Amino acid sequence: MRLAVTGAGAVGRSVVELAGEYGHEVVAVADSSSAVVADAGLDPEALVTRKAEAGVVGDGDPGDALAADYDVLVEATPTTLGDAEPGFSHVRTALERDRHAVLANKGPVAERYADLRALARDGDGDVRFEATVGGAIPAISTVEDVEPGHVTAVRGVLNGTANFILTRMAAEGLDYDHVLAEAQDLGVAEADPSFDVDGTDAALKCVILANVLSFGAADDPADAREFTLDDADVEGIRDVPGSALRLAAEDGRTVRLIGEATGGTVRVAPRLVPENGTLAVSGTQNIVQIETSHAGRLNISGLGAGGPETASAVLSDVGRLG
Amino acid sequence: MSDAPDGAPEDPEGADEADPAVDGGHDPGSSTHTVRLELVDEPGQLLAALQPIADNGGNLLSIYHERGNKTPRGRIPVEVDFEATADRFEVIVGALRDEGIAVMQAGTERYAEELTLLLVGHLIDTDLSDTLSRIEADASTSVADVSLAAPQGTAEASSARLRLEARTGETADALETVRGIAEEKGLRVVAPLAGVET
Repeated sequence: MRLAVTGAGAVGRSVVELAGEYGHEVVAVADSSSAVVADAGLDPEALVTRKAEAGVVGDGDPGDALAADYDVLVEATPTTLGDAEPGFSHVRTALERDRHAVLANKGPVAERYADLRALARDGDGDVRFEATVGGAIPAISTVEDVEPGHVTAVRGVLNGTANFILTRMAAEGLDYDHVLAEAQDLGVAEADPSFDVDGTDAALKCVILANVLSFGAADDPADAREFTLDDADVEGIRDVPGSALRLAAEDGRTVRLIGEATGGTVRVAPRLVPENGTLAVSGTQNIVQIETSHAGRLNISGLGAGGPETASAVLSDVGRLG
Repeated sequence: MSDAPDGAPEDPEGADEADPAVDGGHDPGSSTHTVRLELVDEPGQLLAALQPIADNGGNLLSIYHERGNKTPRGRIPVEVDFEATADRFEVIVGALRDEGIAVMQAGTERYAEELTLLLVGHLIDTDLSDTLSRIEADASTSVADVSLAAPQGTAEASSARLRLEARTGETADALETVRGIAEEKGLRVVAPLAGVET
């Protein structure tokens, strides 16, 4: 497949670097201010070097990449809420040209799922977004394999930063502020950690799962309930004191930021779970637990973030387009 | 009457009646009850737990003391079978609770389910004792155990771990009761993941 990549952050760059290993070639890349188009395929090393040294990917206008001759658009710009722009327009451009779109950007899938589905229905291109939930974990494709109509709930630990903080607080008996500073030093938490610690990121992933369940189970997409972040009941971990984790540990339990999606509700909150239970993954690990009607409970854990990990989910999606 | 334990009260319905112990509760006379208790691992606790049963007309049948099988909090589970009328059974369970004994299960219906949750916030300033009384006031819920951690006194948020007992099928109601009180007092509830704990 010929790929165009919008977004040259950690995920976009990793897609460019790894595409060749998966048998694909990258013909265009855009970041927020520039683009490079190479019909014969571009040199990943040169692109990554230029981005690192000059802060741009090429001399072209970002729109050039969207107009290039590609089979699949990989949308990897930063997640935005509300109208989910500019990511949504990038995907629309691709779908209106009957090209496929693979998203690592959560915004359009969480905030404008019905619009996205309608665009895909009107054209020949397909939309996939495995990388938006749980990084390397094949959460969406597993739900699709089991069939959304036979999945009663999906829950799990879907934010590595929040999980790292809770794990460290429990293990070291430290308070939130102390562990957050440590996580920032290690690069596990951003300078502004709100998106992760307030539960927004986990909630977006659960909203995406709720949309997959809802639209997947409906006979007619027009009847499916659409979920956005506004439909999610979200609590973060900022005001969980160290003493709460100590009390939990005395009783063989711990606290994890758990997201849950069913066909009807989305909820993210710190929850008490058994200390040695399946959901109590450590550090930056994620876990997705799928509750099925006939196949019991499926658990998949793994790395929920990181450039190459998330890029592998993107490239798996490209492979599924066939 | 030949299989009645020594000292059992006379069965007013006679020996040819079906054994009321099997379904328990409907017979106006004595029937067999089972209570499951959790005792602190200290000398004299077992005797203290049996006294309210004997004092209130319960006829002890058997005691199963699982000394080698402690709960995560270091308590010892004890199962006690005794005969009592339905009225006396209620009195006995009340007397056990009054003695501060954790009654995990009484009979087959009441308080068969347990729910552990955390409350976080200014627990002391918002009158923890009032919070607990109001949870207790809910008909379906009983507070079995409370642990408080307030490392900074009242200056910072404190935490409490509550073990609630709820009637079968009513844990969701119990949780809603706690959430309502917590919301009113500006506290946060860290709820267990229902149905997932194994």
